[in-house]
Amino acid sequence: MPALFPFSAIVGQDEMKLALLIAATDPSVGGVLVFGDRGTGKSTAVRALAGLLPPMQVVRGCRYHCDPKQKGACTHVPADAVQLVDEVAVQVVDLPLGATEDRVVGALDLERALTSGEKTFEPGLLARAHRGFLYIDEVNLLEDHLVDLLLDVAASGENVVEREGLSVRHPARFVLVGSGNPEEGELRPQLLDRFGLSVEVKTPTDLEKRIEVVRRRDAFERDTVAFLARFKKADEQIRADLKKARQRLADVRVPDSALERGARLCMALGTDGLRGELVLLRAARAFAALEGDKDVGDRHVMRVAAPALRHRLRRNPLDDAGSTVRVERAVRELFAAVEERRAV
Amino acid sequence: MTTNDSHVLSVWSGAIRAAALFAVDPVGVGGISLRARAGPVRERWLAVLASLLPPTIPVKRVPVHVSDGRLLGGLDLAATLKAGRPVAERGLLAEADGGVIILHSAERLDSGTVARITSAMDQGKVSAARDGLAFEAVCHFGVVAMDEGVASDERPAAALVDRLAFQLELEGIRAADAVPPQGVIEKVIAARQQLAQVQANDEITTALCTAAYAMGIDSARASLLALRVACAAAALDGRGCVSEADAALAAQLVLAPRATLFPNDETQPETPPEPPPPDTEQDTADNDDQTQLNGDIPLSDMVLEAAKAAIPAGLLATLQLDRARRPSAKSSGGAGAKQKSLRHGRPLGVRRGELKSGARLNVIETLRAAAMWQPLRRREAALRLEGLSSGRRRVEVRKDDFRITRFKNQTETTTIFVVDASGSAALHRLAEAKGAVELLLADCYVRRDQVALIAFRGKAAELLLPPTRSLARAKRSLSGLPGGGGTPIAQGIDMALALAEAIRRKGHTPTVIVLTDGRANIARDGSPGRPKAEADSLAAARSLALAGVAGLVIDTSPLPAQQSERLAEAMGAVYLPLPYADAATVSRAVKATADGNRQSSLSSR
Repeated sequence: MPALFPFSAIVGQDEMKLALLIAATDPSVGGVLVFGDRGTGKSTAVRALAGLLPPMQVVRGCRYHCDPKQKGACTHVPADAVQLVDEVAVQVVDLPLGATEDRVVGALDLERALTSGEKTFEPGLLARAHRGFLYIDEVNLLEDHLVDLLLDVAASGENVVEREGLSVRHPARFVLVGSGNPEEGELRPQLLDRFGLSVEVKTPTDLEKRIEVVRRRDAFERDTVAFLARFKKADEQIRADLKKARQRLADVRVPDSALERGARLCMALGTDGLRGELVLLRAARAFAALEGDKDVGDRHVMRVAAPALRHRLRRNPLDDAGSTVRVERAVRELFAAVEERRAV
Repeated sequence: MTTNDSHVLSVWSGAIRAAALFAVDPVGVGGISLRARAGPVRERWLAVLASLLPPTIPVKRVPVHVSDGRLLGGLDLAATLKAGRPVAERGLLAEADGGVIILHSAERLDSGTVARITSAMDQGKVSAARDGLAFEAVCHFGVVAMDEGVASDERPAAALVDRLAFQLELEGIRAADAVPPQGVIEKVIAARQQLAQVQANDEITTALCTAAYAMGIDSARASLLALRVACAAAALDGRGCVSEADAALAAQLVLAPRATLFPNDETQPETPPEPPPPDTEQDTADNDDQTQLNGDIPLSDMVLEAAKAAIPAGLLATLQLDRARRPSAKSSGGAGAKQKSLRHGRPLGVRRGELKSGARLNVIETLRAAAMWQPLRRREAALRLEGLSSGRRRVEVRKDDFRITRFKNQTETTTIFVVDASGSAALHRLAEAKGAVELLLADCYVRRDQVALIAFRGKAAELLLPPTRSLARAKRSLSGLPGGGGTPIAQGIDMALALAEAIRRKGHTPTVIVLTDGRANIARDGSPGRPKAEADSLAAARSLALAGVAGLVIDTSPLPAQQSERLAEAMGAVYLPLPYADAATVSRAVKATADGNRQSSLSSR
């Protein structure tokens, strides 16, 4: 299969790259939505992520790559085989447009049913994406019945299949990554809310950066092997950082002050529900872990505020530009007030 | 030879040039968007292209209503039934690997099909998960998108055109002028050998990016494609190094048609250039610039000058109009491309059913239903056919197993807003009318309807926004709507009717919402005077009713007025006076109208 463009070779687009790394550090952040102009490297970045993720441990022979560390989670292999462990690459599963429901949720294994009359379940894309990433390019063009299905599974973390006399349920917890161009149409609000972080990508306004984008892409296409070698080190560095961040994540403290800032920010912006606050703090914590910090500070909250909240503002759905500006303004006001109180 | 002739010849030779460059590196340059109506000129161009492409590569034609199964690959029906197990069939994209696909009527491809094609172009592979199969296949191909659009908004989807290096138009060329070139084939064959060795130094890359930047081209793909074309041009010339002339040619062919800004004369790439004032004398200015082209100018400037000279004269004039109306919208193909195929509709699910005419058998589900019974049926059959040759491992499918896919007809609703922006309405009520429209837009957003916006004022109506699902665009064009002038209601409704009929032809359901105070004072012919204007507006409203278009009239006058009520009556529409209508009432009324529409077109096949 064609080689992937290295993650570290992507010029600029810092917010998008950070959001993807945060989601890779802490999957509970809940996925990333990348919306933006054509030709800005949206899908390049998501696919590049696949080449970057540290491998994971799975129960050997388990079709749903269950985590061996979770006791009693895997019931898909004989009980005495659960302790056997394999190391495999984390999957970034593409959900292609035009995919049919049976391939997404899984279905009766037709060949075996027809030839030997055995009733076996053939897992679908959701099973493959368990503990990995599920990527939907052009997410706003996805058919509605598939969207409903994904919402269900994403909410419950479990795929329940009841069809053709099969009754199967298997874990399906994945990081949902969607990308699209807003001009192709809006995303349904329910699906929008499901994404933890949302980033907007724009063409760089800086000429030098643009030239570098073309230069690298050209170099990649002309001599892929040499290009991959050139960025191998940088990619490995990111992979090591990611690995460390995951280990540190549990130890990053979230002080009360950060909780309060998060709550105030969400109140000031009038976001619905608690999901915004939760995602904000989780993302800030993952960012702190990536940066090697022990506590979540103002800096972390400020940096992730826009991606965590911009798509949750109770707003006129038609208001196209306002949300980022509103989040930024609220952040500025909040932290200016904090500074003042400190000074007094 | 007149100047006009020379222009025509240069368009033809440019098209031949593009065909040759494409034939050198079909995958690298992405492809060609060819706007031309079917005719001898287009046929001749295609023949030239076919002669330039290597005879061994696959050239696949993709029809507009290609099914997913055929495009991406899917179940081979005959083989599956014969073998009794799923047999995969390669799709058109996989079959086109290493060659070229030709998209017919590319302007009518729906956005889903375009997304599948562009995704395959980006990844160099096609992946599908359908019909109980999951597979990937390598595919690298070039694209020839035949754009047969007539109206200016009938264009191939922007997502597709963005990935194709060339945008050609063959309009206005006489068949007699379209002469096949001599001696190009040998050059192309040699160039294909040469291509891998062609080097472009960094200055060329910089120059092309700078030119793209100065012309307001945002997509990074444009510069990259220009670079590929420059390399192909060098190869075509038998050189191993991209020259300035190659870069200039690439800028002319690839960048100029994409320009969204006319570059300032003293180009300062550090600051984004301002949109220039509408300049009717652009052409002469260009010629002056071109005569100054000398060897001492930096490469970037030279490339930019070359591209500038090639920017089609009409392009920027329309662009400026466009930009004034909606500052950041770049897509022109999007609106037209949203049309969905009626043939598919949205699958509602699968159910047990009979194979009546028109029913679509879902083979995979049918086989699944039959699968469980196979051992039993085989035994049964063995008993029944005792003595006959058994042992044939066929799948026994019975009537009970038949599964049929049900579709909901794609009856997307398009809501056409006809907004009165005249003086009588504008002064006190335009703001409220805008508020009401915004409210309704939010409703459309929830229902995923498309919206279109027509405004009338002064002496004419204007289509502010062709049908789109991008509500941000709708809002922008609404907020930029000025008020004042006469009240040509008849023109507004006439335009709505024309649009409604166009929408119907696409298989969508139009709903017309008129916001006016009903005080028409400009007649159809543009002459002032109330009585005639009112008669005209009522006549227009009646023709809308005759066409069977559902509607709603929202009265925006301070006190409910008889005129608008009469208008609503003539239109056969619901009448809603705004003073008494709060947000919820208006929204409910529109919903009721739209639902009434929808019910009549829900069907199952």
